[in-house]
Amino acid sequence: MSLEEYKGVFIFAQQVDNELSNIALELLGKAKNLAEDLDEKKVTAVLLGSGVKGLADKLAEYGADRVILVDDPALKDYRTEPYTHALASVIDEFKPEILLVGATAIGRDLGPRVSSRVHTGLTADCTSLDIGDFPLNPAPGQEQKHKQLLMTRPAFGGNTIATIACPDFRPQMATVRPGVMQKIDPIKGAKAEVVEFNPGFVENNCYTEIVKIVKEASSVADIQAAKILVSGGRGVGSAENFKLLDDLAEALNGTVSCSRAVVDSGWKPKDLQVGQTGKTVRPALYFAIGISGAIQHVAGMEESDIIIAINKDENAPIFDVADYGVVGDLNKILPVLTKQIKEALAEK
Amino acid sequence: MKIVVCIKQVPDTKGGVKFKPDGTLDRGAMLAIMNPDDKAGLEAALRLKDQYGAEVTVLTMGLPKAEAVLREAFAMGADKGILVTDRVLGGADTWATSSTIAGAIRNLEYDLIITGRQAIDGDTAQVGPQISEHLGLPVISYAEEIKVDEKAKTVEVKRQFEDRYHIVKAKMPCLITALSELNEPRYMTPGGIFDAFEKEVTVWGRADLKDVDDSNLGLKGSPTQIAKASDKVKKGQGEKVALDSAEEAVEYLMGKLVEKHIV
Repeated sequence: MSLEEYKGVFIFAQQVDNELSNIALELLGKAKNLAEDLDEKKVTAVLLGSGVKGLADKLAEYGADRVILVDDPALKDYRTEPYTHALASVIDEFKPEILLVGATAIGRDLGPRVSSRVHTGLTADCTSLDIGDFPLNPAPGQEQKHKQLLMTRPAFGGNTIATIACPDFRPQMATVRPGVMQKIDPIKGAKAEVVEFNPGFVENNCYTEIVKIVKEASSVADIQAAKILVSGGRGVGSAENFKLLDDLAEALNGTVSCSRAVVDSGWKPKDLQVGQTGKTVRPALYFAIGISGAIQHVAGMEESDIIIAINKDENAPIFDVADYGVVGDLNKILPVLTKQIKEALAEK
Repeated sequence: MKIVVCIKQVPDTKGGVKFKPDGTLDRGAMLAIMNPDDKAGLEAALRLKDQYGAEVTVLTMGLPKAEAVLREAFAMGADKGILVTDRVLGGADTWATSSTIAGAIRNLEYDLIITGRQAIDGDTAQVGPQISEHLGLPVISYAEEIKVDEKAKTVEVKRQFEDRYHIVKAKMPCLITALSELNEPRYMTPGGIFDAFEKEVTVWGRADLKDVDDSNLGLKGSPTQIAKASDKVKKGQGEKVALDSAEEAVEYLMGKLVEKHIV
């Protein structure tokens, strides 16, 4: 392949039930940053679905200069094969230099399948993306390539961090963890160039049939959108005792989240779980209450602006990442804290 | 019915992580276990065996010591075990790994291939779907339940998404990636452990891989390259206070919340 033919930053604009997923907007924000460091500044969103043309304006408002639309009944609900065919065909036709996909239950299926089909590298679950040199420093006997996508990701359950490049194949592909990249403030009325493209869909042995779709209605808040999170761990003691955290969250107009131990104990639903196997969050303020701070939990919240930890074990690792740590009994501290916060806010 | 289960020997991430000077993982220096999602995949295969009398072949790629996870699989009830090991296969990324495993599987007869969703060392979840693509098979990722219709040669799988699940039907042969939520893996049995050391492990090297080009194998066949790998740098520690009473603790916290304009 001639690498120079591949130009521009593309993102896979995931939609479900004809509604754009948040990750699509987050990827656009990051793509805009990356494009500024490259020769080709245009950001392209690839929109796949059935009857989804109307979503192009929203993509434009969040930073897409161009939308490539593959609209076909075969793409109504996510199925690996037709989506792979559509995205791989878009790559063959439009030759992106970079393609970002959300590390969602869809993207982590679609990404590997597409990268195999077009024969390129794929870096999973990235938390940071930059443009830079590879190798990072000039090495004798090896050409140093410039303006490469440097993809950084945690591995080994958050114990290590690796930065990975894909210097000899295009597109440079990454799946990106939801909740990590920043969307831009929407530009009202922005319009994108919409390019309609249909590679044609012919059923083959790889097509699957969706027998049934069961939505598991989520009645819980979106913890990735919260500005203040009041997060509880095993130390809270019981499902009932989360009332103390609910009250604090209510006083601060925040949201309750939790650690894996809490989900495993059945005290809170999985949707509220922060961490490696839960969600990554970066609120302005994160309360870690009765959370010991296992590395898998920390991996999901360490980017929070301010971290306050309350734990009765003074050796709990959570204190290593907390900006302000209090060694003490949450049962005694929380009711008083909630009361004082309420009083302080009422005075205003 | 013939089932191939891909399993991986992984370092136990709780035991700390070691690197070689070139930035790749020093797997030889770490404690090793069977990857949990793979174990769930194996258990799913063994349940199908209990139900339909399937033949279960476990396949792993790795260092010679990865034979240990095949023995463990024998002790759980697997029938055959294949170890793919060769110096030229080392340093592979997910593309090269999946090319290697696909090359090995091409030698086998199968109706179903089961892999774990992801391994706890790399956490990529890429190798399963990539094997399916190399072999031209349908893939169903994130399986929580698996039902087989032997007559119709189809599978029905409960496929998990963030806010829903799909019941997906695929023609066999196909590849399924298993979540550890799928089941509770059985223990090894005493008889099984005895058999496990009697049974022969088939060992394959580069020459035994079918229809794979050298340019798709090992470090050289890996499109992705490591620029830098390191232990995670911990964020600088902030303040920690241990105060005598809850009132003092609250006073301290209120001070910080006011200072940061939250209250």
